[in-house]
Amino acid sequence: MSRTLIIGAALSALFIGLALLSFLWTPHDHTTLNIPGKLQPPGGAHLLGTDHLGRDILSMIMVGARTSLGVALLALAIGLTFGVPLGLAAAMHKGSWLDETIMRGNDIVFAFPLLVMAILITAVFGPSATNAIVAFGIFNIPVFARVTRGGALPLWEREFILAARVAGKTRAHISVEHILPNVLNLLIVQGTIQFALGIQVEAALSFVGLGVQPPTPSLGRMLADAQTLVTLAPHIAIVPGVVIIGIVMGLNLLGDGLRDALDPRLQRLRT
Amino acid sequence: MLRYVLKRLASLVLSLAVASLIIFTVIEVAPGDPASFMLGLNAQPETLAALRAELGLDVPKLQRYLNWVGGMLTGDFGTSYTYRTPVSEMVADRIAVSLPLALYALILSILIAFPAGIFAASRRGQAGDLGVMGATQFGVALPNFWFAMMLVLVFAINLRWFPAGGFAGWDKGLLAGLTSLTLPAVALALPQAAILTRVMRSALLDVLGEDFMRTARAKGLTARQTLWRHGLRNAMIPVLTIIGLQFSFLFAGTIIIEQVFYLPGLGRLIFQSISARDLIVVESVVMLVVFGVIVINFLVDLAYAAVDPRLRAHT
Repeated sequence: MSRTLIIGAALSALFIGLALLSFLWTPHDHTTLNIPGKLQPPGGAHLLGTDHLGRDILSMIMVGARTSLGVALLALAIGLTFGVPLGLAAAMHKGSWLDETIMRGNDIVFAFPLLVMAILITAVFGPSATNAIVAFGIFNIPVFARVTRGGALPLWEREFILAARVAGKTRAHISVEHILPNVLNLLIVQGTIQFALGIQVEAALSFVGLGVQPPTPSLGRMLADAQTLVTLAPHIAIVPGVVIIGIVMGLNLLGDGLRDALDPRLQRLRT
Repeated sequence: MLRYVLKRLASLVLSLAVASLIIFTVIEVAPGDPASFMLGLNAQPETLAALRAELGLDVPKLQRYLNWVGGMLTGDFGTSYTYRTPVSEMVADRIAVSLPLALYALILSILIAFPAGIFAASRRGQAGDLGVMGATQFGVALPNFWFAMMLVLVFAINLRWFPAGGFAGWDKGLLAGLTSLTLPAVALALPQAAILTRVMRSALLDVLGEDFMRTARAKGLTARQTLWRHGLRNAMIPVLTIIGLQFSFLFAGTIIIEQVFYLPGLGRLIFQSISARDLIVVESVVMLVVFGVIVINFLVDLAYAAVDPRLRAHT
């Protein structure tokens, strides 16, 4: 196991663990307001201090990380659900009208910057966490379609696929049974990276009010609340930011580490 | 070369057509009639009809789409529902902030990433390389708007070197304008510079392993000469791709950074228009941003051809 993989896995486990723990336990109730005790600096009864409404920041962070991870995970699920079949289909009939349409469609989606897409969706349906998920989910579709197609194309030239075709299996059957398991590594690595990106996207969208809405805490929402108070109590802005950096770095390192660990060519070099 | 350009141009036009159709359709399904929103609940039906006619809302949808696209082609972006001023004028003022900001950030990103990437690649596996790579992991994870808040805290509030927000205006002189854009540009640039550094490094490492690099050394060039004359030029293709992507990203990213610094750019215009349900402005500004992104990608494709003669021959 490489150092990158270990650090990445440890950081990811720490933050995902904290987020999951919030289902069972938080140091304080994150909804309890305590106006006289607002903007307390870190230390004492509140390990990371309190926010402008006197809520415990550590508890908010735990619940907020849960929200942010949930948004990223659902957007990832949308991308995988639509992107992978599209990529498999495109690779199955390389150069056909289907392939062309899917790839040109991807180009169009890529032309819409993520934020612009979210703005468009919000302008129509109003701001909500769901719309942030949909916007990033749509953005994820071409990402996974491309990765799947790119990984699948060289496989179609391989002998074991030819053997399966000679055995009379249909192209769709082969795609699911032989191609998909062989592009899984690529999808895991890309999935980790898109998951990390999802945390950043949630934060950015919620920061400008297009994502998670109050009173639900999320890392981005906490930063939005902190913006006007950063001069009075810097910790309410610093803490959520550091947590975002920690989660994203953890997931990115995990992705890098997994890429190296899962690449059979690199393994052969090592042994 | 001509065929390559024509092919790219055709795909550019197609992308723009499809994008405009998507934007128009999405805005069309938006609930709420702008005319009734402007006049309130107690509007007289006749007044409503008159306003709808004035805003061009009474013609069939296809006609409206064609009017919108045709108008934009001639520089007419429609009239804002709320301000009753031409959208093109509003956009022109705002773009004078957003575009320079994106360019400023791009230049900063390149100025940081090129030396850092070259430095790391030339010290592969050594402490300097590991240090740069560690820093880029941090940079990639850094949310630009949060970094912007930290910059304000340190450089505007504590040190008072830069303004905490607002835009002085270009009429106050170039320096005043650039000063108000410096912190936003740094906030936008640093995370992008981290990505570009990584790309620069790995592109250079790929090239350094090529046979022609060994040949260049064998014919007597120093390591430095080989790097500058042969290495950099050949590493430029992946780097150009990322620079193109980053420019679109920075252009769109200004939308968020403008919120932190209260800059009167396109981003603030979009958010103000959304809350006022001024959908014609949203529609046109979104189209403009998408247009910018598609055109930048087109220019990057052309730049490839300029750098890599093989592309001209093949397609």
